[in-house]
Amino acid sequence: MTSALDITRAVNPPRAAFLDFPLGHTTGKPREPELQREILIGALSSFETMTAPGSVKELPFRWSEDEGWKAKAFAEGDERAARHDTPQYQDEEDRRRAEQGGPPSCPVCRS
Amino acid sequence: MGPVDYIPRIRDNYARLGYKAYNWVEHRDTAPWAPLCKPLSECRLGMVASGGIYVAGQVAFHHKDDTSIREIPADVDTKDLRATHFAYDLSDARTDPNVVFPIDTLRRLVREGFLGGLSSRFHTFMGGIYSSRRVTEDLAPRLTGRFREDGVDAVLLVPV
Repeated sequence: MTSALDITRAVNPPRAAFLDFPLGHTTGKPREPELQREILIGALSSFETMTAPGSVKELPFRWSEDEGWKAKAFAEGDERAARHDTPQYQDEEDRRRAEQGGPPSCPVCRS
Repeated sequence: MGPVDYIPRIRDNYARLGYKAYNWVEHRDTAPWAPLCKPLSECRLGMVASGGIYVAGQVAFHHKDDTSIREIPADVDTKDLRATHFAYDLSDARTDPNVVFPIDTLRRLVREGFLGGLSSRFHTFMGGIYSSRRVTEDLAPRLTGRFREDGVDAVLLVPV
C-alpha cells in the first residue's frame, strides 16, 4: 500500500497499490468499514493479477471531490514533532500499564 | 489534480528545520519478483505496518530512529491498539486504527473467504528511521525472519 506515489516509485517494490489519500490514511477513512474493505480488496487482488515486477495499481478512490487537502499538504509543510528517544505513549494509562508490566520479555524488540 | 510529490516537499522541510539532507532510497534495478502460486483464498497473509501502532501494555515506540518491532496478535482487541508517531496527524488513526493498520478489515476478508487466513501475529515499527542502512541491514532482515517463522504466503506492507 502507499499514499506517497513518488516515494514508492523511487523504492520500486515488486507490487504496489496507490491510494491517493492524505498521509495517515494508507488503508482508508476512519469508521468507514465498507470503504476500507473495498480498498483492501482492490489492493490485495493485485497479488493475483500483477505479472510484472514494479507494477503499481492506482486505486479508484478519492478522498474528497475538491481535493483541497493536496493544496493544504503543500502549503502547510510539516513541522514534525521533536524526536524524543524515550517511549511516546498515546496516554498516561498506557505508560502505567507498560511500566507495571515489569521488564519486557524480549530485550531486543522490547515487546 | 495529480498525486502530491512528497520527496521535494520533505526535502524542503528538512532543509528548513536544519536537518542534513536525507538520502532517498532509489532502486533502479528491476524489482525482485516471487509469483504467488495459489489463490488468495488459500493464502495465509501477514502484515507489517510502520505507523507506530502498539498494544496497550507494550512499551511505546520512541521517535528517534527507533528500529524496534512490536508483535501484534492477530486476535487483538482493536480497542487496545494505540498509535504514536512524529510525522503524521494521529487523530484518525487513534479514532480507528484500521486507517493505518487494517486489522478488522483483514479479519472480515477471512470470514468472507477472500483470504485463506492470517498470520497468528503481525509486526509494527516506527518508520521515520533516518538511516536507510539501518533499515536494510538491521530492521528488514529481522522482519523477513519473522515472516519465515510465521509461515506466511504473502505480506501486506502498510507504510504511512
